[in-house]
Amino acid sequence: MNVVAKTETGRALGDAFAVARDRLPGKGKIADQRRQAFEAYERSGLPHRRIEDWKYTDLRALMREVLPLAPAPDAAALGRAAAAVKLRAIDGVRRLVLVDGAFAPDLSDLGNLEKGLGIRPLREVLDAGDGALSARAFATDISNPMVALNGAMATDGVVIEIADGTVLAQPLHIVHVASGTAPASMFTRSLLRLGRDTNVTLVESYLAGEGAKAYQAHDGLIVAIGDNARLDHVRLVEDAIDAFNISSATISLGAHAHLNTFGLTSGGHVSRYQLTVTCAGEGSKVETNGVNLINGTQHADTTLFMDHAVPHCASREIFRAVVDDRAHSVFQGRIIVRPDAQKTDAKMMTRALLLSDDAEADNKPELEIFADDVTCGHGATTGALDESLLFYMRARGLPEKEAQALLIQAFVGEAIESIASDALREVAIATAQRWLEARA
Amino acid sequence: MSLLEVKDLQVRVEEREILHGLSLTVNPGQVHAIMGPNGSGKSTLSHVIAGKLGYEVTGGQILFRGEDLLEMEPNERAAKGVFLAFQYPVEIPGVTTWNFLHAALNAQRKARGEDEISSPAFLKKVREVAKSLNIPQDMLKRGVNVGFSGGEKKRNEILQMALFEPAVCILDEMDSGLDIDALRIAADGVNALRSPERAMVVITHYQRLLNYIVPDVVHVMSKGRVVKSGGKELALELEESGYAQFEDAA
Repeated sequence: MNVVAKTETGRALGDAFAVARDRLPGKGKIADQRRQAFEAYERSGLPHRRIEDWKYTDLRALMREVLPLAPAPDAAALGRAAAAVKLRAIDGVRRLVLVDGAFAPDLSDLGNLEKGLGIRPLREVLDAGDGALSARAFATDISNPMVALNGAMATDGVVIEIADGTVLAQPLHIVHVASGTAPASMFTRSLLRLGRDTNVTLVESYLAGEGAKAYQAHDGLIVAIGDNARLDHVRLVEDAIDAFNISSATISLGAHAHLNTFGLTSGGHVSRYQLTVTCAGEGSKVETNGVNLINGTQHADTTLFMDHAVPHCASREIFRAVVDDRAHSVFQGRIIVRPDAQKTDAKMMTRALLLSDDAEADNKPELEIFADDVTCGHGATTGALDESLLFYMRARGLPEKEAQALLIQAFVGEAIESIASDALREVAIATAQRWLEARA
Repeated sequence: MSLLEVKDLQVRVEEREILHGLSLTVNPGQVHAIMGPNGSGKSTLSHVIAGKLGYEVTGGQILFRGEDLLEMEPNERAAKGVFLAFQYPVEIPGVTTWNFLHAALNAQRKARGEDEISSPAFLKKVREVAKSLNIPQDMLKRGVNVGFSGGEKKRNEILQMALFEPAVCILDEMDSGLDIDALRIAADGVNALRSPERAMVVITHYQRLLNYIVPDVVHVMSKGRVVKSGGKELALELEESGYAQFEDAA
């Protein structure tokens, strides 16, 4: 094993962990797991471009250091968070708000829980010493340094349990808000468990309160979808323009389960979303769709790992990136079809639209197929807006930016159309619209 | 003042000069036909009037109501009242015809300092125009021209012409790809839009179209110039004797 000399920043974080340890909930076994996770992180430090998975997103260069933990939000911070939440409120959802890494009960809606729905803050679960739940919350693979770091440092989150047979009428909305005025890190981890025959919609938003600066959001979401259950998931990243968002989601599906997940990133300076989906039960079905809308010097990376572990499962990935100015979009999609996973049907299509000569899009689809009776395919394209279409539209009176906006909407439309709920599709369209209006 | 005035226009594409000193004066109410063999520069003229990129104007002028058209963006020309019906209308997947037409009409109105038209008022207007052109409603819900037949695409161009009410319509090879029935429907649509205020420039390779859209003036183009102008009988003469006689004249 290589002995790596510790960098200054590595040492600083080591100290930060030592200092933070007392603030981190969970004793005994959990504390041990945190220490192990931190040691795993420390062995590699911030990932850099010589590690294949991080080739296009060199955190050592982009992020340089992990900032110390944000202090618990005070009344002023909560006030700023409340204003940000209100601005992006979605009608008819049950809102669960995390501010600067802490669950904010006053901004959240925990009243009148439907039958079969259980919600608790992660800190409370860990403090109560609920062994089985705690173990699940920390069961992720620590071979990925940023996931390991998240496990070591997570201060809070939400633990949501849906009992067998429950159909939630109201979508759940986890809102991550940064509202501290000094640059800091926040680490959250949430757990969602869908029992058999359940049907749930989860929305996640990342927002900044006024004055939030150069913060680092680190989230980890762990989802288990039971047999014959369905999860619709919409994730909207509208972080502050100088913020970092390094998050992961680990989702497993039982037999005949269905996942429809959609992500849109328009905010943040540097973001990386590591999504791992495992078809662990036969007959499960996955739709993964994503859109990046970025400009300036933004860097947005979606890294998907689609694991077909059992036979008769289907997955579809549609990813669209719109990249302007000197922004950099990354999509890495790896599909693994394990030896037993016969009759797998997996397809991935990624397209990037470059709006300037300096924009960059890296699309890296990978298929690793170990079964012989499967249907798999992938495609990737990168190009500019079609000049002949733009001319036609301008000849009908549309100014250049408006014509571009219509073509961009059409380009991302296929991915947005995949959102099952009309209301949430409208929310995603409005988010895309805000980006388009800001560039007009 | 004439509506559209092209004066001694010289245009290059890359290193090749396509138009060498073309002049044309179009007055309100007139229908001009521009005929000529392939490669005579007819489509280049229409593209330069509309403002397509890739053409270098090395000399001459295009005036629209006395204003220098070449100084304007394509969308500004449209808002002023210049309309080009494309020879090959493009397909725009994912942008519905409704949305596109509504956005375009409002952009033109905004550029002219007029109020935007509301969705219900717009719907009513489009429905009326579509009905008169025999365009089914469901075509308007589809992506612009996506999956349209040749005739449907041309009818969609005429629909837009009727909707935007331009002062000058340039019809570039409107008859290409149309059978005789489709041609008749398209021509009827165009004729319905003829008015004392509006002028049309019909660019065509064949005389056939001019049986349906009867011009006031016919110009023959060859090698980047107008080599002969006359009344509608000139078109018939061309049908008889072909373009060869003008190749030498040019």
